[in-house]
Amino acid sequence: MTVDTPFELGGREFQSRLMVGTGKYRTNDEMVAAINASGAEIVTVAVRRVDLDRANDAGILHHLPADRYFLLANTAGCYTADEAIRYARLAREAGFNEFIKLEVIGDKETLLPDVEGLLTATRQLAGEGFKILAYTNDDLITALRLEDAGATAVMPLASPIGSGLGLINPFSIRTIKRRLSVPVIVDAGVGTASDACVVMEQGVDGILMNTALAQAREPVAMAHAMRLAVEAGRAAWLAGRMPKREVAMPSTPEVGMLA
Amino acid sequence: MTELAITLNGAPRQVAGPASLDDLLRELGLDARVVVVEHNRQIVRRAQLAATPVSAGDSIEVVHFVGGG
Repeated sequence: MTVDTPFELGGREFQSRLMVGTGKYRTNDEMVAAINASGAEIVTVAVRRVDLDRANDAGILHHLPADRYFLLANTAGCYTADEAIRYARLAREAGFNEFIKLEVIGDKETLLPDVEGLLTATRQLAGEGFKILAYTNDDLITALRLEDAGATAVMPLASPIGSGLGLINPFSIRTIKRRLSVPVIVDAGVGTASDACVVMEQGVDGILMNTALAQAREPVAMAHAMRLAVEAGRAAWLAGRMPKREVAMPSTPEVGMLA
Repeated sequence: MTELAITLNGAPRQVAGPASLDDLLRELGLDARVVVVEHNRQIVRRAQLAATPVSAGDSIEVVHFVGGG
């Protein structure tokens, strides 16, 4: 039986191929319980101003001990390369690691990436020693250019952030995975377990999700479902599916039938 | 003691001077281990907070990690 290898990302090894965000949960306790049920080791966080009117606002680190989770800061909400670079530097200064989930958003309605800004920021930050996981669309040429620019991993979307529409273009994702050498992690758009399973069946290295867990009726139960779905999709990919046919093929022998 | 007018996280604020960035964090009740300080667009390393004076007109950002995807 094909045994899976650990998920390698920027010189580190992880057991889980599921990464999860920490936004939009109803409570911090529910967030922590969902993360634990998902089995995720890599957990994304964002950089924001401290709310000075809320005394003793401990931020999220109080709930996410850095010795237990690999904290991956993002640049969500940044609309220019300069802004994303500024956020990345602040995140690194927090002192956990040199990884950054780089987002440069180009459009408020769709939250689709600004490819030009993304490439500019990737080049700059790669030169500063960052390990960049670049959130991008499902375009092969952009993915190739991000790899050339020094991205540690490329993160094409399944569908727009927070949409829950699932994997819209499996062909593009498969093509990107086939053509890139760096890990391909599908980020955004997964709505339910079957979406996650289908994503992993394309052969990608991992998947990152947030809203599908945080906004499920029961986030902890959905996190458990996602863990199983990611494992099942990965296992199916490793097993190698049967070819698709346009005609039926009996699975029961036709010889030995009574005359 | 003097009052220093600064911009803190985008809002005008008066702080008692002379003060270092470390003093400012203490006055705000913030733990330097879980925040990052940007002083006039330059990140200040934790070890340098105590040695960096706050001056009138400074723009200071204090950030931390929050939930995000």
